[in-house]
Amino acid sequence: MDIHEYQAKELLATHGIRMPRGGLAYSPEQAAYRATEIGGDAWVVKAQVHSGARGKAGGIVLCKSDKEVAAAAEKLLGQKLVTHQTGPAGKLINRLYIEETVPIEKELYLGFVLDRKEERIMIVASSSGGMEIEQIAEQEPDSLVRASVDPGLGMREFQAREIAFGLGLDGALIGKAVDTILGCYRVFRDFDASMLEINPLVVSKNEVIALDAKMSFDENALFRRPEISELRDKSQEDARETFASDRGLSYVGLDGDIGCIINGAGLAMATLDMIKLEGGEPANFLDIGGGASPDRVAKSFRAVLQDKNVKVILVNIFAGINRCDWVAEGVVKAIEEVGVNMPLIVRLSGTKVDEGKAILREKAPSVITADTLKDAAVAAVAALKQTQKNAA
Amino acid sequence: MSILLNKHTPVIVQGFTGRIGTFHAEEMKAYGTNVVGGVTPGKGGSTHLDLPVFNTVKGAVAETGAEASIVFVPPPFAADSIMEAADAGIKYCVCITDGIPSQDMMRVKRYMRRYRREDRMILTGPNCAGTITPGEAMMGIMPGSIYMPGRVGIVGRSGTLGYEAASQMKARGIGVSTSVGIGGDPINGFSFRDVLELFEADPETDAVVMIGEIGGPQEAEAAEWARAHMKKPLMAYVAGLSAPKGKRMGHAGAIVSAFGESAQEKVEIIREAGHTIIPHPAAFGETVEAVLSGKKVAA
Repeated sequence: MDIHEYQAKELLATHGIRMPRGGLAYSPEQAAYRATEIGGDAWVVKAQVHSGARGKAGGIVLCKSDKEVAAAAEKLLGQKLVTHQTGPAGKLINRLYIEETVPIEKELYLGFVLDRKEERIMIVASSSGGMEIEQIAEQEPDSLVRASVDPGLGMREFQAREIAFGLGLDGALIGKAVDTILGCYRVFRDFDASMLEINPLVVSKNEVIALDAKMSFDENALFRRPEISELRDKSQEDARETFASDRGLSYVGLDGDIGCIINGAGLAMATLDMIKLEGGEPANFLDIGGGASPDRVAKSFRAVLQDKNVKVILVNIFAGINRCDWVAEGVVKAIEEVGVNMPLIVRLSGTKVDEGKAILREKAPSVITADTLKDAAVAAVAALKQTQKNAA
Repeated sequence: MSILLNKHTPVIVQGFTGRIGTFHAEEMKAYGTNVVGGVTPGKGGSTHLDLPVFNTVKGAVAETGAEASIVFVPPPFAADSIMEAADAGIKYCVCITDGIPSQDMMRVKRYMRRYRREDRMILTGPNCAGTITPGEAMMGIMPGSIYMPGRVGIVGRSGTLGYEAASQMKARGIGVSTSVGIGGDPINGFSFRDVLELFEADPETDAVVMIGEIGGPQEAEAAEWARAHMKKPLMAYVAGLSAPKGKRMGHAGAIVSAFGESAQEKVEIIREAGHTIIPHPAAFGETVEAVLSGKKVAA
């Protein structure tokens, strides 16, 4: 789960990380007021969206008066910011962060991730801040400093010191950088983060300051981090995904027109692959999970049908702890209650498959059934082509 | 003698008396697994499914001689249960639980390193369907009937995709020596490579099917290891060709966040290492059949 820059900064501030003074605004008036409140003669107006590279996309505006701040806010609020990370649809700007400007003497990069190879929290830092880490790794690989944390002991002070010297800092800045790095580590650890990035971390008037902050969290740990769950901003999510996740379904929206309902993440990915191979485009990933009741199956249909691009639905179930008869009942329920006015292909296999097929034959004769994964994908693509032909 | 599990292996169930633990303990017993008891703290001394219940794993091991354990404990407590099993001298642990925080799993992995390699518990999972040695025993939640006993090993992250592979093989009369689920989490117990090592050393396995997916370095690592150390044929499928970058596809670990983690890149690395690629998820049966019959398979 991602959070906004200002939220990440609030978390970091509680652990002693220094940052420019700033305030949140939901309207141009509020933005101008914030600027006056902060004082000074220059401010940055920063669009709060869940994406990096906001500056290049015009989401960060430097202003020299409160009037300019209000004008920038007027222009940004309600717009969708399109960055290379958001995709062409962009993300809605509904709040801004107004921040004082600080003189920059040095731009650094500081990042924390869960490293899957080391199975540890890994810290990556660079003296070439300001550009994206992929770029730094490509253009300035020698500037990178790394450390990994023993989960039994936590990050040690010497590790933070090595990074600080590795960044080319000296004098009083060493102690300040060490405090910043250890503070970030504690935030990462204590809130079950999965990513924390400060880019740039700057040296300004003999202080180490976080100009930006980006954080993501381990969704499996949200049960014990209620304060993080509260930071979720649904306006930054794909509306289809919010609808599904509110109903406990694992769903990812895609760009195609074949809606998919599958059990198991691996089989779901494989089914999307199969559809593509047969010349179709999947509209979504949806895993109904284990032990799905007829009700849950019907809910899945509702989620898939949220997407108006969907022209055909493919259900692929290989039942282990699921039961094909329950899934079949769910399909019948969906046809009766939700209404499925499009071709529906169902492939059932595994536990209680004969019972499931019998239910479909009797109560949902319009359903196209398939015995194998390949037949199901072929049938879905054929049905889609037929629909397109009929429409033309 | 298959790997990890056979009909003699004495198995306990952690989270035994809960709804899920009960259901699957019954299924495992019905399949022929030597289930000898279970653990539910606070219910020690009672009997469940005609088997003894213990408060601690140590107690269960002392009384029953259990060597393996399957964990159905809910996510907030599962990491602790795995460590308890490791400390009690369990040799093989399967963790089914989905939703364990990554930092908990990091601590589990760190904790297990306190034991010498030869005393260290083998862990598969979490977030997996378990392990089955067809015709002998299963520790997991899979439908046992779709697996035919035989000589091909299966190792994969996904449960249902593993079922798909096993059933396509069965339809062509090809059986499985052992099928091992390593789970869909970013930080897990045994890796693909670890399981390949066991299959390579197993005289009852002739070839191995590896079912990978997007995210993480393990498929590439296994392919590299197998290039140098494996004599048995290795066939691989990688799911998620249509997965967009940065999107989590159901499994906590199924996300492309770095170079080399997409399905296309992994397929290239595995092919480059000289192994057979299973081109799509409907081709498990035909590819395995072709490789076993010694036919040349277009990579």
